[in-house]
Amino acid sequence: MLKKKAVTAALSLALMGGLVLGGCSSSSSKSEDTSKSSGDKTVVKMMHLWPEGSAKAQYTIVDDIIKTYEKEHPDIDIQTEILGNEQYKEKIKVLSASNELPDIGITWAAGYMKPFVEGNMFAPLDDIVQEDKFVAGTLDAFSVDQKPYAIPLELNIAPVYYNKEIFKKYDLEVPKTYDEFLKVVKTLSDNDVTPITVGNKDRWTGSMWYMYLADRIGGPETLNNAINRTGSFEDPALVKAAEEITKLVDMDAFVKGFNGLSNDEAKGYFMNEQAAMYIMGTWELPNYTTSPDVDQKFKDKVGYFKFPAYEGGKGNIDSFVGGPGVALFASEQSKVKDEAKQFISYLVDEWGKRSVVEAGVIPATTVDTSGSDLAQMYIDILNDLGNATNITLYADVQMSAGVADVHLNQIQALFGGQSTPKEFTKAQEEALASEK
Amino acid sequence: MKNVMSNKFVITLYTLPALLLILVLIYIPITLSGYYGLMDWDGIGEMKFIGLENYVTLVQDKVFWTSTWHSFQLAIFSAVSLLLYLGISLVLASKIKGSDLLRKIYLIPMLLSSVAIAQLWMKIFDPNNGMANRLLEIFGVENTPLWLADPEIALYSIFIPVIWQYAGFYILIYYAALKNVPDEVIEAAKIDGANALQIAFRIKLPLISGIFKVTIMLAVVGSLKYFDLIYVMTGGGPNGASEVMASYMYKEAFKLNNFGYGSALGFGLLVICLVMTWLTSKLTKSNDDVQF
Repeated sequence: MLKKKAVTAALSLALMGGLVLGGCSSSSSKSEDTSKSSGDKTVVKMMHLWPEGSAKAQYTIVDDIIKTYEKEHPDIDIQTEILGNEQYKEKIKVLSASNELPDIGITWAAGYMKPFVEGNMFAPLDDIVQEDKFVAGTLDAFSVDQKPYAIPLELNIAPVYYNKEIFKKYDLEVPKTYDEFLKVVKTLSDNDVTPITVGNKDRWTGSMWYMYLADRIGGPETLNNAINRTGSFEDPALVKAAEEITKLVDMDAFVKGFNGLSNDEAKGYFMNEQAAMYIMGTWELPNYTTSPDVDQKFKDKVGYFKFPAYEGGKGNIDSFVGGPGVALFASEQSKVKDEAKQFISYLVDEWGKRSVVEAGVIPATTVDTSGSDLAQMYIDILNDLGNATNITLYADVQMSAGVADVHLNQIQALFGGQSTPKEFTKAQEEALASEK
Repeated sequence: MKNVMSNKFVITLYTLPALLLILVLIYIPITLSGYYGLMDWDGIGEMKFIGLENYVTLVQDKVFWTSTWHSFQLAIFSAVSLLLYLGISLVLASKIKGSDLLRKIYLIPMLLSSVAIAQLWMKIFDPNNGMANRLLEIFGVENTPLWLADPEIALYSIFIPVIWQYAGFYILIYYAALKNVPDEVIEAAKIDGANALQIAFRIKLPLISGIFKVTIMLAVVGSLKYFDLIYVMTGGGPNGASEVMASYMYKEAFKLNNFGYGSALGFGLLVICLVMTWLTSKLTKSNDDVQF
């Protein structure tokens, strides 16, 4: 009997073990194999989110950089784990909860990064950052208490793209002032052309429109101050900006059903030439320049302009809404922190040299455009970026997750007419105030 | 064999794997989420014990109760739509021509993944180019609805694909149950002079009432924890107009990094589902269980 019991115990243990281990082994087996072959090299683990299938250009650049680096440093072995965007976000959360972050990984700015920094997960990178190499303001979004905790790889600004052919058909000029812009909107909607497409189901899309108006009317500081609590969200300029949004909605400026359209669906209206204007980050540029999947005839029709200046407003036309995209962090718990930091520094440099030309991604480091055969639209944007007086980081990225949700919901309510401009600013002021 | 099965030790051994699975995958996580509900936790840093504070917030949380109301609307709606499925199955089971083909057609949506269904219906509901509004325009409707973009009707717009999605499943269950009604009973009724309607309402329906109760339970509980189409099609928007309990829980825990509160919501959802299961089984209970 005793013997029997022992057998069953062993059996059940084996069963349970099989269950528990079965879950993990499949994912880790790959890296185990490679670590065996690496002998006594120092292994640096890196996770990124550009799978070969969906982001080939980025994948190739990173892969090349790793190979060259390993050749130059024979004692280092860099092992990558690659996941798609959403899976990456989920996995990083799980890994950080169990204190198993990779040595190098990718993070997003401000609000997303903050809990990691406060939880002491990311190492400060002030020792490897050369500030003068970066476009002004990009590092701030990744800094806590003046120390950068991640180094940005991308920078995006949001211009207004427009369809030149539609503009020509109705004899319209690129608007320089907001009044001219309203006239353009009026002419288009009178002629039953959708003036602007915006996928406001995603909410941050409408937020860009609001941010631009807030910037042009109140200047770049007003919104930033409201968010960092040196000012108020009930500032008259911010109310005025909200009123302008309601006015645009009443003019039928935005595509019908905007609150139910995702950004991708809204983009379809612009790509199918059913809408004349579209504000989106410069990550869209390949679609209008280099992407082989888009018809050249359409690409030739697309131009862009800076969001027009508001008469009597404090903002200026060279100020942009935008922000750095993803950035690299080094794990504080890493056993190979120094090696990881060195590689990050190398990667950022190399990335800056290659990303625009090869992947159409504008890096956060300043780019030398001379001598490369970039598409004209890229050169123009890079020049504008060089002359930018200010880049306002996306409001929802500046805010903490809870407040950002209030902001984004209010954006949808403002566009949809469920909140008046006063209610819109009041709700956000309350959310911001209750946070501290 | 009898000898083996009466051995308590063997019984324990055989049930152990299943028991362990249920414990590890269901009961322990439930207990854990109840426990996390007592914490202030962002899912990354330190947990802080705050007692019942999350549950107090939950009881006072307007968004939670609106989402609960939306979930209940969906539950009522699914329970009522069971009648529609039952009607279709009655027709299909009555040996009409092509019922095999029709049955397969009704089953197709069930074979599609929820995300595919959501994408399909998002295209149909597109306010400018979508099939729904194009059809309405053909019939001369001028102010075509905005469907998913209109907070007044967004929730109800999602109900349409939900009926469509589950039609096949319930029709299959009812169809099988109706086919199980013995031919002798029906023949006997025919000899006694019953017409088709009488056979359906007096013979077939009472004989499958057991199955009907089970499906009510499935529909109610399934709707209360419903998540997928809503998450993909509207994400609970615009502005919370189509938020249900499960999507609200997901949003709090994963989007807003309130793991503590999210866990409390999950626990609340569990309690509501348990109560409703108990209530439906109580309400649909009848003493005279019909036998063939």
